Amino acid sequence: MRHLSEYRDPALAKKFIEEIRKVSHKKISLMEVCGTHTVAISKNGIRQVLPEKITLLSGPGCPVCVTANRDLDKAIAIAQEPGVILTTFGDMMKVPGSHSSLAREKAEGVDIRMVYSTLDALGIAENNPNKKVVFFGVGFETTSPTVALSIIEAERRGLKNYSVLVRHKVIPPAMIALLSLGEVRIDGFICPGHVSTIIGSLPYEPIAAEGIPCVIGGFEPLDILQSILMLTKQIENGESCVEIQYSRSVRPRGNEIALQTLDKVFKLADADWRGIGIIPESGHALREEYAAFDADRTFKVDIPPPKEAQGCSCGEILRGVKFPHECKLFGKACTPEAPVGPCMVSSEGSCAAYYRYGK
Amino acid sequence: MEDKILLAHGSGGKLMHDLIKQLFLKKFNNPILAKLDDMAALDLGEAKLAFTTDTYVVDPLFFPGGDIGKLAICGTVNDLAMSGAIPKYISAAFIVEEGLPFTELEGILESMAEAAREAGVAVVTGDTKVVEKGGADKLFINTAGVGIIPGDADISGSNAKPGDKVILSGTIGDHGIAVMSHREGLKFKTTLASDCAPLNQLVAEILQASKKIRCLRDPTRGGLASTLNEFADQSQVGIVIEEQLVPIKEEILGACEMLGYDPFHIANEGKLVAIVAPEDTEKLVTVMRENKYGKDATVIGEVVDEPKGKVMAKTIIGATRILDMLVGEQLPRIC
Repeated sequence: MRHLSEYRDPALAKKFIEEIRKVSHKKISLMEVCGTHTVAISKNGIRQVLPEKITLLSGPGCPVCVTANRDLDKAIAIAQEPGVILTTFGDMMKVPGSHSSLAREKAEGVDIRMVYSTLDALGIAENNPNKKVVFFGVGFETTSPTVALSIIEAERRGLKNYSVLVRHKVIPPAMIALLSLGEVRIDGFICPGHVSTIIGSLPYEPIAAEGIPCVIGGFEPLDILQSILMLTKQIENGESCVEIQYSRSVRPRGNEIALQTLDKVFKLADADWRGIGIIPESGHALREEYAAFDADRTFKVDIPPPKEAQGCSCGEILRGVKFPHECKLFGKACTPEAPVGPCMVSSEGSCAAYYRYGK
Repeated sequence: MEDKILLAHGSGGKLMHDLIKQLFLKKFNNPILAKLDDMAALDLGEAKLAFTTDTYVVDPLFFPGGDIGKLAICGTVNDLAMSGAIPKYISAAFIVEEGLPFTELEGILESMAEAAREAGVAVVTGDTKVVEKGGADKLFINTAGVGIIPGDADISGSNAKPGDKVILSGTIGDHGIAVMSHREGLKFKTTLASDCAPLNQLVAEILQASKKIRCLRDPTRGGLASTLNEFADQSQVGIVIEEQLVPIKEEILGACEMLGYDPFHIANEGKLVAIVAPEDTEKLVTVMRENKYGKDATVIGEVVDEPKGKVMAKTIIGATRILDMLVGEQLPRIC
């Protein structure tokens, strides 16, 4: 990878900042719905250089944060079943469910393994024919196509001991849900660059049609500043369309091979979002043809009703209703070393970003 | 506190510092340990000795730019050197898992011997234990070292004063990323190599050049961010660095983007951070650049009065952010 420094050029950054100041007149709120954006905004101190009229809100973009306690509790319960090896991506490990976390269960001796790729999970299944290997799949389209592929590959290799607990989500329905809740004013969306590399720009058209401008942005400081500039211009001019700032990666139709793979294995299903609740057709579920790989069907586990941590404002923070520092636990009872809610645990959570880099 | 040890307790970050302060320091409390420097300074009347120990569990044993043996010598030599001491004698203890190929052990001992020769230290005592298969993972090495602290040296993490400058001896992140690139399950192709090197000669040269070096430390586990935070905490000062001034290779930046790591938190094994009086800064950078292990040395920031105990980074867009210690575990067994 080269060219990174080009997107970190201080002189160009200064030009963008001046340009934003020049075009900005109205008081506006822009929401980003991607954990990587949340972190990049805090880490680069983007808020400090914007005019006061522009507020940046963080939405439900951190994949592990939006995972509901009920789903996490189920993953833990499955991991505790005899003969099971639960695999997942690292970010999920420390997130607390109602009573425990995967990391805590792992320290207790439950066989939970962090993998960097679903192919590693398949490898574990192949090397442990007497165990049932379950992959706990969370996240958006940045990860779900690889999970879909792992299921196709498991079928091809004839693996009978691999299944997936599918909790993948899709972001545009959540954006629409936030708008219809009407709790916070959102004048424009900074749309996720990685997710949109897969899904393209078309899924945001209905949002722009409702009068809310959308700009798909990259993750370097210059990308974010330019995305903010593009949104501000649209809003100031009374326009509303979907624009792609992150054009070095995103095409309007996205990655068609990845989308076909997703569609082959998954269908849209209702999904439970932390802080928002059930949003229709905002998640993925396995199609009937792949029922044999569906951990929801192969494991019957009893889990007690989920419990939310007392005083934790993660729900409101994920909806953009509260800023992290407005939670009364923030930085006191809840820190990255002793986190109460998922937004403080995950490296992509907004509380962790605010705590780590300052607000 | 957690009721069990987590991998994160060994990461060089916040949990480890808490563990040391809340458990080890409580049980073994004495004024020498309480300084929490990387080595103990022992005043024996006629001579002042530096004494340190470290255990190496790096996985894999061999990585680009070094192996566990080279690391075991350089790490201990560097801990001694960072107190201003002249490293002299090393002990080496080996925990070997049954089944380790002889040739691997021999190769590791050869590179230990070579690193010791370069550093001018002698391995004078040792121990070997073999444990059954599964009792340890291939090979763990402990080294301890003693060195002589020259009479006039006063280097400690608690000596930084507002106005002092922060010098970094070269690029950051090389060791951690080189090891990760060879880690099972994470392998990726890169031309990067670990920066693992004995720094005692470089330290001797800068101590010769200036009597106004306040703090020295090698930013190993937890990276540059942890070292700067340790200085800020021990000296009760603030430190401000400029992100742009910190040399980082483009490949390291790329790998960090891919893996989701912050280069400021990645381990180094051949770099040092020096906090020095402003008037000697330029001279010291020049001296460092003449040594092959300091050729990219540069000033990255300065010590300020407030906020005490905190490190701030000026970002490329001209904003300021907190540069915190590593929280949680990045990747275990990096050294």
